[in-house]
Amino acid sequence: MINKTVSNVAEALEGVSNDMTFMLGGFGLCGIPENAISELVKRNITGLTCISNNAGVDDFGLGLLLQKHQIKKMISSYVGENDEFERQMLSGELDVELVPQGTLAERCKAAQSGFPAFYTPAGYGTEVAEGKETREFNGKMYVLEEAFKADFAFVKAWKGDEAGNLIFKGTARNFNPCMCGAATITVAEVEELVPVGELDPNQIHIPGIFVQRIFQGNDYEKRIEQLTVRQRQ
Amino acid sequence: MALDKNGIAKRIAKEVKDGFYVNLGIGIPTLVANFVRDDIEVEFQSENGVLGMGPFPFEGDEDADLINAGKQTITALPGASFFDSSMSFSMIRGKHVDLTILGAMEVAENGDIANWKIPGKMVKGMGGAMDLVASAENIIVAMMHTNKRGESKLLKRCSLPLTGVGCVTKIVTNLAVIEIKDNAFHLIERAPGVSVEEIQAATEGTLIVNGDIPEMKL
Repeated sequence: MINKTVSNVAEALEGVSNDMTFMLGGFGLCGIPENAISELVKRNITGLTCISNNAGVDDFGLGLLLQKHQIKKMISSYVGENDEFERQMLSGELDVELVPQGTLAERCKAAQSGFPAFYTPAGYGTEVAEGKETREFNGKMYVLEEAFKADFAFVKAWKGDEAGNLIFKGTARNFNPCMCGAATITVAEVEELVPVGELDPNQIHIPGIFVQRIFQGNDYEKRIEQLTVRQRQ
Repeated sequence: MALDKNGIAKRIAKEVKDGFYVNLGIGIPTLVANFVRDDIEVEFQSENGVLGMGPFPFEGDEDADLINAGKQTITALPGASFFDSSMSFSMIRGKHVDLTILGAMEVAENGDIANWKIPGKMVKGMGGAMDLVASAENIIVAMMHTNKRGESKLLKRCSLPLTGVGCVTKIVTNLAVIEIKDNAFHLIERAPGVSVEEIQAATEGTLIVNGDIPEMKL
């Protein structure tokens, strides 16, 4: 077994520095790497480019990094629900690249899989395709999109073992598996870190080969953005 | 009388057939799930990574790890599955999802759609809309026929930045069911009590009216 465990979040984030590009898993506030984000806030590094489907809310998730002006550029598909984000974007402090959601996932996946680029129909004929190569296949037009390059990927899983094998829960899976192995160093934080042999190999979603560091996360808040319920009869 | 949002959803629900996998957008499309017939089997996909989405949870049963693309807490029905964002869009791009229902700000007579950006206003992003409209073969747009200023949303050409080109084939509004083909809107059904003239007046693009237009059956 190749042991990927590190003792805490500080050790897990060894090597992060100003002006780096990070991938961060999560959809809204669901499945975000809460511990890694807290540590990034603590380290006060700036000039960051963050690849993440969303940008958190004002006081949670990536919103915490925005509050401290640590992010220079966001690459996302949807960035509503965040007033500070809006203020920084409109004032020109923050650079934003909007990417169709499926393209965003696939640009991560391409980096993970060793593809430099791929063709997708998403965004053809729109401003997303401006300046990009387009090509016709079987009578339909496609846009060439390139793989991302990132220094660190921060992902959050439900369970993981010492070898870095990961299992996700519910829709907290989202972008997390696509980002594993898509950056130079992938850091996984898990709700439950177990010894090797405890996870059934049949149930592993991401094999440990895609993960460089894994640690037991703490104090998960798991905030719900839109609590929607129905009344019991 | 023109339909309300629930009326539009009710009419669209009739387009949902047995065995369909369906992706519902935010807004009126979300309401469609409430009106699908009980005697057919349909599975709802949410692009954040669930197929077999169920109703909202009972109070106290909510799970932060189980949400839909609108970030609302949901439930998963027996037979449901979870998957990552790449696989989710493989379902969409690969045309495995049978029907996509989404809202729009504008639709043009050539099938172009605009629903993500208003110049000069805060841009929140396209989310999965561009992937959905570029890939799906069966797209129904659910929207009001006119905007808040009373201007037509069915245009000769979209004025807003596009989400996709030549992709919409059917629109259900508060006034009518319309199909798009040969670069024109074709009137298929009228909302109960709404005249062809009213629909004509609310449609800026070319509206083809062939013979007697029946009223919608809801």
